[in-house]
Amino acid sequence: MNNTLFDKVWDSHVVHQITGGPDVLFIDRHLVHEVTSPVAFLGLKNRGVKVMSPERTFATADHNTPTINQHLPVADPLSAKQLKALEENAAAHGISYWGLGHEKNGIVHVVGPEYGITQPGATIVCGDSHTSTHGAFGAIAFGIGTSEVEMVLSTQCIMQPKPKTMRITVDGKLSKGVTPKDVALFIISQLSTSGATGYFVEYAGEVFKSFSMEGRMTVCNLSIEMGARGGIIAPDEKTFEYIKDREFTPKGKAWDKAMNYWSTLETDSDATFDKEYIFEGSTIEPMITYGTNPGMGMGISGGIPKAESLDGGVATYKKSLDYMGYKEGDSMIGKKIDFVFLGSCTNGRIEDFRAFTEIIEGRKKADHVTAWLVPGSHKVLKAIKDEGLLGILETAGFELREPGCSACLAMNDDKVPSGKYAVSTSNRNFEGRQGPGSRTLLASPTVAAAAAVMGVVTDPRTLI
Amino acid sequence: MAYDKFNTLKCSAVPLPIENVDTDQIIPARFLKATERVGFGDNLFRDWRYNQDNSPKNEFPLNDSKYTGSILVGGKNFGSGSSREHAAWAVYDYGFRCVVSSFFADIFRNNCLNVGVLPVQVSAEFLKKIFTAIENNSQSQLIVDLQSQTISIEGTEYSENFDINSYKKENMLNGFDDIDFLMNIKDQIGEFAKKTPL
Repeated sequence: MNNTLFDKVWDSHVVHQITGGPDVLFIDRHLVHEVTSPVAFLGLKNRGVKVMSPERTFATADHNTPTINQHLPVADPLSAKQLKALEENAAAHGISYWGLGHEKNGIVHVVGPEYGITQPGATIVCGDSHTSTHGAFGAIAFGIGTSEVEMVLSTQCIMQPKPKTMRITVDGKLSKGVTPKDVALFIISQLSTSGATGYFVEYAGEVFKSFSMEGRMTVCNLSIEMGARGGIIAPDEKTFEYIKDREFTPKGKAWDKAMNYWSTLETDSDATFDKEYIFEGSTIEPMITYGTNPGMGMGISGGIPKAESLDGGVATYKKSLDYMGYKEGDSMIGKKIDFVFLGSCTNGRIEDFRAFTEIIEGRKKADHVTAWLVPGSHKVLKAIKDEGLLGILETAGFELREPGCSACLAMNDDKVPSGKYAVSTSNRNFEGRQGPGSRTLLASPTVAAAAAVMGVVTDPRTLI
Repeated sequence: MAYDKFNTLKCSAVPLPIENVDTDQIIPARFLKATERVGFGDNLFRDWRYNQDNSPKNEFPLNDSKYTGSILVGGKNFGSGSSREHAAWAVYDYGFRCVVSSFFADIFRNNCLNVGVLPVQVSAEFLKKIFTAIENNSQSQLIVDLQSQTISIEGTEYSENFDINSYKKENMLNGFDDIDFLMNIKDQIGEFAKKTPL
């Protein structure tokens, strides 16, 4: 046998092949949120079709929800209408719906794994590009558009050309202060924001093996930021330990049967990939971005690259630095910041709050910094309280908000004002992503915490 | 939903010679609150097109009256970022039927094909020729022929073939969509579902 893990999962889900065209791929789990689903449900209505497999479909509200006063009616009428639409569509089609205020509510890519919806060997889609997160469990998971949401709702299938395969291996040991987010930002900075377009990426090597499931999710989450359809990591004991006994995972004999299959989910030793990259973990520093796409990242102690060092694209590069108000060669250390955002499907899990708390404990939030700490789900929020992190955060001058996507895409009121700088643990630093005119520096929770207490970009290794 | 048939297109084009145009620029997230697919063209490239006081930015190509036509020509890696189909809707709703670039992000490319906008990927050299032709004469005509999978610049010898899989090509030529196809094999899908555990 010479199959990759990706091939094994993909091939076992092909319902039909079209010569010279896409595969018809069966979808095991479909996650639905309020922003990319209403037009799909409308399409179903127009065709007079019901959802084919409500039991494989899960809906949650996250993108367009407030992160304060969630017990009150949503003030923005358009947002309220969109949330209502999802609630009604879910009810009409018999889909479980974890709306605002529901104990299981949270960011779709945080709650999926938390409740065992995410499983090894499964195909998982959602109308959201960060669906790649679920690949951390050995699933094929990727984001789709609304037409495709309609396809999956009506036929539980999607039509996709099979992507090429890429393996990224990171061996060795990471140094102090380097987190899964840094490893991902480092890889994206090496491959660029389009370097993996057309590929599905398997992450391999000691570094990913050493990560917790949360860390693996952070890495797979960011696969899309280098253009990849998704990322996947072979399931192992950590994976099985994480998912065991969660609400939607198999129990008893069904678990044993599933384990028999899941334990075969790895790339065969003689399998080949269309492309391979190998990096050494010990060379990776804490990372930060300085530009307007996630590929524009650098080791925190370095200088902003000069345009002449680039392979083309100089005009776009200069436009990007102009937007950020930075100059070629600038050091990032010491740059003043205004906002800190801890949260999102990239870094809104309990491990991220632990890492943030570790840095701020015994210190104070810088006076001029506004900090938004947004747990990825109610389960994460509860863990923050249960583990005693909330007290430490409050003592240091931080407040906790309620779960949601929040300032990652700033659809709600959590918007960074024009011209202001935010160190964010989210996934995109595009122009205006966190609000019109906002300037985003992507970083790990550790780097974000250091910036929050110092008020300027700070090497977190000096605070550990 | 089924869309217009696409056969050939001959028109001038709007140039956007910027690389890595992401879907947050094509349609910012704050305009994704609609529950119907209407009016997205108004907010296409909102923050590049308008100042924060809603006055138009005159230097932006969409606001420059010398550029017209239903073809948008963008720099390398067009449509990266979010999976929001709203980006493709905005492009379509504004009046574009074809986007030309030297490289497309995957999801945006799929979304375009699913809403009836033809993504045409050309070589970096050919893209440069198009930008130069438009710079020299803003009314330079591009000819996109889906049947023969060619794009050419009228009045020049410049022409190039582009890729599209034969299934999607038939769909675009006939205005079919994927759901029509999937509904036709629903029995086969049902059988597959039965043997696939939850």
